[in-house]
Amino acid sequence: MKLTGAEILCESLTRLGVRELFGYPGGAILPVYDALGKSKLHHILVRHEQGATHMADGYARASGGVGVAMATSGPGATNMVTGIATAMLDSSPVVCITGQVSSKVLGSDAFQEIDITGITMPITKHNVVVTRAEDIARTIREAFIIASSGRPGPVLVDITKDAQQASAEFDWEASAPKLPPKRIRSNHDKVEFDRAVELLNTAKRPLILAGHGIMVSGAMQAFEQFVRAGNYPVAMTLLGIGCFPAKDPLNLGMMGMHGEAWVNNAIQEADLLIAVGMRFDDRVTGDLRTYARNARKIHIEIDRAEINKNVQVDAALVGDAREVLEKLTPLIENRDHGAWIQHIAELKGDSAVRDIQSLPDTGHLYAAHVINDLWKETNGEAIVVTDVGQHQMWEAQYYHHNRPRTLITSGGLGTMGFALPAAIGAKFAKPDSEVWVVVGDGGFQMTMSELATIVQEKINIKIAIINNGFLGMVRQWQEFFYDKRYVATPLVAPDFAALANAFGIRGERITKRAEVVPVIRSARESAETVLIDFRVEQEDSVYPMVAAGASLSDMIRRPNNPLVETATEP
Amino acid sequence: MQTLIAYVENKPGVLNRVSSLARRLAINIDSLTVGPTENEEIARMTIVAHTDEKGAHRLEASLEKLVDVLLAENISSRALLERDLALIKVSADQQNRPHLMELIKVFRARVVDVAPESLIIEVSGTVDKIDGLLEVLRPFGVLEMARSGRISMTRGGDLLRPPIAPPEVPEGVAVKSQ
Repeated sequence: MKLTGAEILCESLTRLGVRELFGYPGGAILPVYDALGKSKLHHILVRHEQGATHMADGYARASGGVGVAMATSGPGATNMVTGIATAMLDSSPVVCITGQVSSKVLGSDAFQEIDITGITMPITKHNVVVTRAEDIARTIREAFIIASSGRPGPVLVDITKDAQQASAEFDWEASAPKLPPKRIRSNHDKVEFDRAVELLNTAKRPLILAGHGIMVSGAMQAFEQFVRAGNYPVAMTLLGIGCFPAKDPLNLGMMGMHGEAWVNNAIQEADLLIAVGMRFDDRVTGDLRTYARNARKIHIEIDRAEINKNVQVDAALVGDAREVLEKLTPLIENRDHGAWIQHIAELKGDSAVRDIQSLPDTGHLYAAHVINDLWKETNGEAIVVTDVGQHQMWEAQYYHHNRPRTLITSGGLGTMGFALPAAIGAKFAKPDSEVWVVVGDGGFQMTMSELATIVQEKINIKIAIINNGFLGMVRQWQEFFYDKRYVATPLVAPDFAALANAFGIRGERITKRAEVVPVIRSARESAETVLIDFRVEQEDSVYPMVAAGASLSDMIRRPNNPLVETATEP
Repeated sequence: MQTLIAYVENKPGVLNRVSSLARRLAINIDSLTVGPTENEEIARMTIVAHTDEKGAHRLEASLEKLVDVLLAENISSRALLERDLALIKVSADQQNRPHLMELIKVFRARVVDVAPESLIIEVSGTVDKIDGLLEVLRPFGVLEMARSGRISMTRGGDLLRPPIAPPEVPEGVAVKSQ
């Protein structure tokens, strides 16, 4: 059957199981858009191509499948860069399809020509230029395999306009992927494996560091069995949240820069760290010289390049988390860590007193209140998509996730503006799930144009803006480390509720603690998108905090009297 | 200095991916040679990198993550044969020419071009040998030099073959790449 390259692309995407894709048209991708109109694919028109990549990313993270974003050449493609890098740093399987000028004029600085494969080389898992219609089906199939296999990541496929327009024989069987034959390294070296088992069975104070890789591998069940077999306490990375239920007594919560104090202290006291699908990011370890000095380390990780990158480990088990855990679990003999777990529980005591939730209600509205109330009202079952900054850390601390893929957040790259578009993508992936955006007033203003996408697509998500009138996390650093010189962090914002109304979205503004639960209830009852502007304490900070480069043991704790009299007047 | 061998797809852009990766990891490449193998779809690289063992591991593992890299291996600690080729244009007049020819002989180099005022000398061997010749030629006046960069191969039965080729090796010889 003869089809145009554009038709081959749409047919291939359909056969790969794609239902929705997020994009923005333009000259060099127009043949594809023409074919899209005749296909069963649902195209979501975004307001900026960065939004398209974040939506595809959110779609991928919520579904576990591949998200697809599309843009034209030149500025369309360069606008995708931030979203691609976000997906790269968080190992998210996104396929980006860009139009390119005709192969005949490639390299001539033609209108809207840019070397997008050159630009995205270091921020994609792989990228490729396609100049012939007959190569499109095979290349797209390969892109999906590369994006979703091993350690997932974004793949960019740049298709010249003449390849979209040319006709070629479409034969699905004949266009099977032909990826280069890679060396297969034998996973779990026997020596390393035996050493790991010995470490597991001799540890007195073991602690698991659970990361995103558990979710990517689909290892939740194997992980739980492993945890139960060894009776191990579990600390979570930011992206690991959800891979093990927060309500489980063995789940201690988040580690790292804004991790719970008892978790960081437990890491420093542990004699064995079992890192699963995580990469010892600097936000997790703090100063490497003082990091977990008492602990031997086992690293279960699919990416060999992560082994010994930041932290030297004693046993490296390279491989898929589920496979490795399933092999390890039957060999665990030692599960007697009662005293250690009891000790960690005692470490918690001090923190509960300092917790802002335990303070008497003075009418002040704190971000932590909003998020804690949101957690209670949604029974911890909503998909929460956050932006980057203070609200993100409060979400991680106060919204207790019990299911995987329910916290979607930009971890590695820390991309402001991620939340709103990523939530739109998540809603398309999980149309029956309740999706909440938790976003700061800074990040929201970066991508708020996607409100129009919500309206055009008639989708129902809830948006909670944690509005403190500052670029809060930067302000916090200025407070702690720059003597409160608030340079470029006070932030003017529009009246978000009125702005929402202008888009045709219901908007609310909340200034008092007592109003939080009613507005959340009312928003949840609505079948349409609702935006809530929570005016919270301006100069509250996220505690505890490990300063960048400081030791994990060296945490800045919430002051005994944390109330700062700077609440905005309603 | 660490030596890595990589088998890569023989197609445009792969060299860029490899060198760009080294740049991203802040590893300085001392030399990188690439050429076709007996299989025309596969090219072989010898990468000599200014880094330590840890850096070499990172480079090796990261290289192997590239879709177009079939295999990457740090061979620094193995028994190696290494060769560098140099063409050296040196100024030579009637008077010092005989002396020059003597030195060339000692280094088992060859004269491949003769002009009234200069000679081109071809020499191959280890980096040390070429550096040694260069040292003694310098007083004569080195006008121009081109070096190929190092190519390396593990010695004897220690084979390093691309994963695509079925191992055509006699029984009893370990194929480390498989």
